[in-house]
Order: sequence, then C-alpha cells, then structure tokens
Amino acid sequence: MKASRRDILKAGVLAGGGLSLGLQFAGGAKASVPGALSAFVIIDPTGSIRITAHQPEIGQGVRTSFPMMIAEELDVDWAQVTVVPALGNRQVYGVQLAGGSSATPTQFERMRRLGAGARAMLVQAAANAWGVPAGEITTGSAMLHHKASGRSARYADMAEAAASITPPKPESLTLKDPAQFRILGTRIGGVDNRALVTGKPLFGIDTRLPGMVYAAFAKSPVFGGKLKSANRAAALAVPGVKGLINVAERRDLKTQIDVGLPGIEVLPEGIAVLATSTWAALKGRDALAAVWEGGDAAFQSTTAWEGAAAKAFKDGPQKPGYMNHGNAPSKMATAAKKVTADYSYPFLAHAALEPINATAHVTGDKAELWLSTQTPEDARRMVALALGLKVENVTIHLMRSGGGFGRRLMNDFAVEAAVIAKAAGVPVKLQWDRAQDFAHDWLRPGGWHKLEAGLDEKGDIIAWHDHFVSFGADGALNPTAVIDGSLFPSGVIKDFRADVTVLPIASTLGWLRAPINNAFAFVTQGFIDDCAIAAGRDPLEYRRGVLGSPRAIPIAEEFSGETGEAMKGTPYNTGRMRGVLDKAAAMAGWGRAMPPRRGLGIAFHFSHLGYFANVVEASVANDGSVKVHHVWVAADIGKHIVNLSGAENQVQGSVIDALGAALGQKITFADGAVEQKNYGDFHLARMDMAPAVDVAFLSTDYPTTGLGEPAYPSLAPALAGAIYQATGKRLRTLPLDTSQLTA
Amino acid sequence: MKLNINGKSVDVTADRDMPLLWALRDVLGLTGTKFGCGAGFCGACTVQLDGEPVRGCQTPVSAVGTAKITTIEGLSASAWGRKLQDAWVALDVPQCGYCQAGQLLAAEALLRTTPKPTDADIDAAMSGNICRCATYTRIRAAIKQAAAA
Repeated sequence: MKASRRDILKAGVLAGGGLSLGLQFAGGAKASVPGALSAFVIIDPTGSIRITAHQPEIGQGVRTSFPMMIAEELDVDWAQVTVVPALGNRQVYGVQLAGGSSATPTQFERMRRLGAGARAMLVQAAANAWGVPAGEITTGSAMLHHKASGRSARYADMAEAAASITPPKPESLTLKDPAQFRILGTRIGGVDNRALVTGKPLFGIDTRLPGMVYAAFAKSPVFGGKLKSANRAAALAVPGVKGLINVAERRDLKTQIDVGLPGIEVLPEGIAVLATSTWAALKGRDALAAVWEGGDAAFQSTTAWEGAAAKAFKDGPQKPGYMNHGNAPSKMATAAKKVTADYSYPFLAHAALEPINATAHVTGDKAELWLSTQTPEDARRMVALALGLKVENVTIHLMRSGGGFGRRLMNDFAVEAAVIAKAAGVPVKLQWDRAQDFAHDWLRPGGWHKLEAGLDEKGDIIAWHDHFVSFGADGALNPTAVIDGSLFPSGVIKDFRADVTVLPIASTLGWLRAPINNAFAFVTQGFIDDCAIAAGRDPLEYRRGVLGSPRAIPIAEEFSGETGEAMKGTPYNTGRMRGVLDKAAAMAGWGRAMPPRRGLGIAFHFSHLGYFANVVEASVANDGSVKVHHVWVAADIGKHIVNLSGAENQVQGSVIDALGAALGQKITFADGAVEQKNYGDFHLARMDMAPAVDVAFLSTDYPTTGLGEPAYPSLAPALAGAIYQATGKRLRTLPLDTSQLTA
Repeated sequence: MKLNINGKSVDVTADRDMPLLWALRDVLGLTGTKFGCGAGFCGACTVQLDGEPVRGCQTPVSAVGTAKITTIEGLSASAWGRKLQDAWVALDVPQCGYCQAGQLLAAEALLRTTPKPTDADIDAAMSGNICRCATYTRIRAAIKQAAAA
C-alpha cells in the first residue's frame, strides 16, 4: 500500500533540542505536538534514538516489528534503538488496531517512509552544514558521512538542525533496496523480553495507582438478566470491602453504546464491589449471592440449537440461494457422482490468559484509563460516550495485553471500569474472574454445514452446494457468522450455491483469531477430502486439481465483516496456493508409507491475505487418543518477512493453538448461560500436546502481509485428514470426538 | 505476619485466607506473579516455596509460614534462573509473555532437580503451565539450551 498523499511528515524541535518526526493525518488534530509522545522518531543530542511503538501489543510482536521498519530506513543499528510506548491517540499516530492481521499490510510501507523521512532530513542538515550536495552523503549506524571531504557526524549532532528542515513528502522518498536490508528479515528478539523474564509490570493488570481501590462486578450470567436479590450486608461484612455501587441506579450514565455490532448493551445491570484487594472484591462479590432473573438470552440452549439445525437440514433453508455463482443446480443434475456430508463446529471462547481487567480514574470532565486493549481508539470513544466527556479528555494508556485473540477488540470492560470509577471518585481497577471471562465473552459463533458436491467422470468437483446454519438477530447472520465471496470455494469452484438458515441468539458474538475462516477451513478442506475419497484419489493430487491452473480470481464483492474489509479488491491466487501446497507436501515427504494407525493429512487455506498449507502427522492409540507428532507449514505472505523470529513464533503458536481447539474446545449453553467456567472444562493446548512445527516462508513478489491469524485455519482439517489415513474414519464435528477412534 | 520473599523478610498485613497470589500482587506490589484462572489450572501464578513450584492462587498466605518464597522478581538469584532467563531472551520465547513468569519458575525447579531433562521430563514438569499463545516449542528449546549452558 502506498503512503497516503494526505499524510504529511511533520517535524518539530524538542524542548531539549533534537528531532521529532511524527506523521500527521488529514482530518486529525491541526496542532502538532512536538513532544516525545507525538513522535515516531526522536533523536536527542545525547545520541538516544527513540522509536515509538504505537500499535497494541497482544503477543503478535508488533512492538518490535514496527520499530524495525522505521529503524531500517532510518539507517541505524537495532542496538542503538530504544522503543518507547504510545498513548491511544488516532490524531497523532493514525490507526492503532490489533485486528484482522491488518497492521503489516496497511502500514509496512508507511512505517518505512517515516524512517526514510527522518533520514532524509538528517542528510539535508548535514549537506547544509558541510556545503555539499545531499546526494553525496551516505549513512549507516546513525552516522552521516561525506566521503570526498572525509567528514562525518553523528545523527545526534545534526538532529537539531534537521528538525528545522521542511519535511519531505512521503511519496517523494526513495526506500532502500531490500537487498540492503540489515534489520528487516533478520531475527530480532522482542523488545520487552528481558522485562518479561524478570517480572516487570507491563500488562494492564499490573497497573497500580495511588489511592486505587479494587473492584469486582456482579452481573447476570444470562445476558440481559435483571437483579432479583442480593445480600448487600453480607458483602459489606467481608473484610476489606469498602462499598457497593449498583450501576442500574446510576441513570446519569449512558449505558447504551453502539459498538458496531447489533443489539449490544455494553454496560449490564450489576453491582460493583469496591475493596482493598482483588481477593476481597471477589469475595465480596460472591458474598452478595446475587440472584438474577429473565434476560433476553434466557432461551439459549445448545441442545435446542442442535435440534433447530437438524430441522433446518430436514425442512430446507430459510434463505435459499443466499449466494449463487454460476449454475450449481443444473451442473449438479449432470454429475456422474454426488457426495454429501454434514459438518459442524462449536462456539469458542478467547480465553486470553490475562483475565479481563481495566483501570480507570475519572476526575471532573476527564478520564484516564490503563487498558489491555486491541482497539484503544474505540475504548476512548466508548468511554467518552458513557461518561458524557469529550473524546480528547479521555486518555488511554496502551498497556501490553496478556493475549487478545480478538477478545480485546471489544472494550466493554473499559466502559464498566470508567462508570464504576466515576461513581467511586477514586482510581479503580476492575477485575473479572475466569468464570466471568467465559460467561461474558464475545464468542466465535458455532455453525452447521450440509454439503453436497457433484463430481464428473474423473471425480473432479463440478458443483458445490452448502446449506449454512449459524446465528444472528432479526433473521440476519451476525457479522462474525457470514458466508461470503471472500471464502473458499467461492470463485475457485465456479458453480457454487449457498443456502442459509439463521438461528436467533442474544449473547455477544465476536471475532476470534482468523474469524470465520477458523471454522470454514475445517468444513471446506474436509469436504475436499470427502470428495477425494469418493473419487478414489490422493488428497494432495486432488487438491492440485481443485486449484487448477495458476490464476488470480477476483474475490466477489458480496463480503462483509472484518474478513471482507481486509480483502477488498484482492484476488484469490491459485498459483500462490499451489506453491505453498507443494512446498508443505515436500517438507513432510507426502506419500511416504506409514505404520498402522498413523497418518498424514493435508489442507490449505487463504485468509487475511496469506496463503497457507500444512501437513499433519498424527497417530491414534487403540483407546482413540490422538497424538500429533509433527506439523509442516508453508506460508506465502508476500515478499518480506519483517522479523523472522517473530514470524516463526506466530506460525508455530497459531498451529498449536488450533490443535488445542480442534481436540478440546467447545462452549455450550444451558438455561441461557455459558456452561464452561474455567480451563478445567475448556482445554487449551499444553506442553505435552505440542508437536514439532516446521515453518517455511516462500518469498513471492507480492506485498508483505500479516501473520497473527492466517496460519490457524488449515490445521484442523489436516488433522482430520491424518486421522482418516490412520483409522479410515472421517470426523466432521469440532472438537474432534476421539472416542469414535477406538480400535 | 512475616514472609520470606526473595531472600528478604517482609511484613504482610492480609487476611489469613488471602491467596499468596493476591498478597504478592495487591498487598506487596510484586505484580510479576500473574493471575490466570484462580483455580490451579493454568500455572500463571506459579511461585516456589522452599524451591518447590506451587500455585499462588491455591496457597493461603497463612499456610506459607517460614517457607522461603521465590517469585519471578527473585529468579535472577538462582544460577539456573539466570541461565533460563538468558535462554528465554536468546530464543525469543515470549509472544504475549503473560505466562512466562510461571513457566520460568516451573522450569527452574525442573532443572535444579533434573539438570539434563528429556522431552518426557519437560512434558511432565511443564504441562501444568498453559501458554495461551502456545510458545511450547520455544519453551522446550530454551529449557534445553539453559540445561546445556
């Protein structure tokens, strides 16, 4: 992506002399703030080179990778750089978002231009001082050199003069030839690693303020439930409990806030317990023994939904022909063979390890919050709305997040903390416990697919028909449960039809790592295996046939939600997919002989602009238990890998995370509420489950794209393929029911 | 009551039933020990009592007595701890990093008793500690690197 013409490099002289280079965005605040907090690059006379990391860090490594982009073009050594944090402030930094694997594809070149702009100003300052052409000046390791005259200077020596030079237009800058990269593409450890291994306070939950009280918030486990009774006296009798706040009695506070998803009331009814410690607050909350009744979500039941989905499959869809490419029905009628299969997957929770929390201090017409969030600007806007404050009077301290996975795109916790802090009049740290994290998550929606494919004489797929059942309100699919033109097989299989049935839900749905794709890949890649089996063909060879000749297929415009936004205007490139498919197969030695009850499975998936294929090697014990021994992943995310160390870590983590989900994760509802309470009944991958994961990145001549998500989706279908090869059984429901695999 | 934390005697005013996790974090301001599940499932709150890894969320502060408490803030006092910290940094183990304090306390106890751990030893000692980002391949490699250092 090119730097926007509206971006203007904006420089200012620091109070102590030196150069600060920020990037102002049209439509933002007019006034430049020439202080450290508004700048991406700060070089002061002492020689300190500070680069601002403005993106939310949730474990995707962005506090390291973005400063690397700037440092490369600034032409300094990584060891010379100090990374400094940013506030949540769109006017100063532009978009600050950890979501959609969008940061790298949208800002890779922009960050490089920020570094190149600062370098150009330093070069011009030296040219002016030495009376030589700027073009004769070279740089390296934060030094400026003029070879002909033998002159050299430190960046620090020229920084003050550079700050008074008119910043160059971003599009006028020449970026480095990638062959000259010295930082990008290397292995750089996370900038916070030493602080992490010594226990320094970095996360939102580590916030401590003078006079701060701790809060727990009792609220209905059934979404929308009303408070029937609570034992306030018992709560107040708990040692350490200082007071109670019933937010339903605070009619001065605005609690209906549009968060961009339908039908969501951010601040539920409930009682906040204020105390001298988190422990006392949680104990006080339990002592309330609050009783709730009713609620819009009281009807919710996994058993009932499963029945409704089965009925829809039997009776037919609510919305026939929801998507229609080509002419699937007539092609189906000509098929030599038909293949049918039903697939399903559950609701999933994010279960980030840092339990949801927020610290807020509200004084007069100002609010200050310390947040582990993926969307600081949303938090700022929502808190301003909730408290009736001006957005500029809300300060968001962007803390490191102990995992996000999409949960912290939502800022319900920030609003709760702000409202409680306003009522309390002192700084408040709100802490949810793990059961609340499950009960009030924004869940990955479950879904069901009834699939039918028509095969020709050779067994190739000539028509694909999907009846997709998932969730939404008022008869429309929720944005997190869509089927659209961005999703395989749309475009690749020409004759494709999808029918839809929408089941009602009142609980909150949200984005989970590789949203939509994390479910659809299991279904579509699994069904390709079903078709290959029906055709009597090898899963790898069959997939090559499905992809066909290398071509770029424009993605249909009928997409919605986050996935669609990231993919607008992009093609599905079957050649790039073939590249990673063949690479993964080669890495794994596809086709080699396997001992009994051991198998290989293969799958590919495109999401978040990345092309991924993986092979899983798994064995199945006689008791049905599954052991994954090895996973080989081939990835094509374009020309550059920003940080090879971080990139491999992301892929390995995504794969093992997906393995945990495939084998052990399921959120269910009964009597309206989520049944799972803790990690004892929602199983994350652990050390003894973790296989070796080999990763290869293909460098292709395409823009560099993001990596937080796209390695996740193709694991589960490859695992199901390996289990089939090991046992002859196809498992088509997540999590995989290994009790069916006993010998 | 008095606690011995990272080699220092510390006075703590807390209810007897308050878990050590919250006494460390909220009363003493040692926030390196992390709250994860509050029920002993995840290991984020792992600290050592007399060298044994325990769950801070399941250990009432009154049950600690004279046992020596080691938290992540005191890990560098151990030679194994320093080797592990260096290996963690060298191999760039963390993603979000939230679990790593607990992982390191568990790993230090492992290496002190089993200086050359096998993969099975690592599985047995480390499977109580969840890494939600699933950095397990690097945790395993870093333990082996520290063992070889």
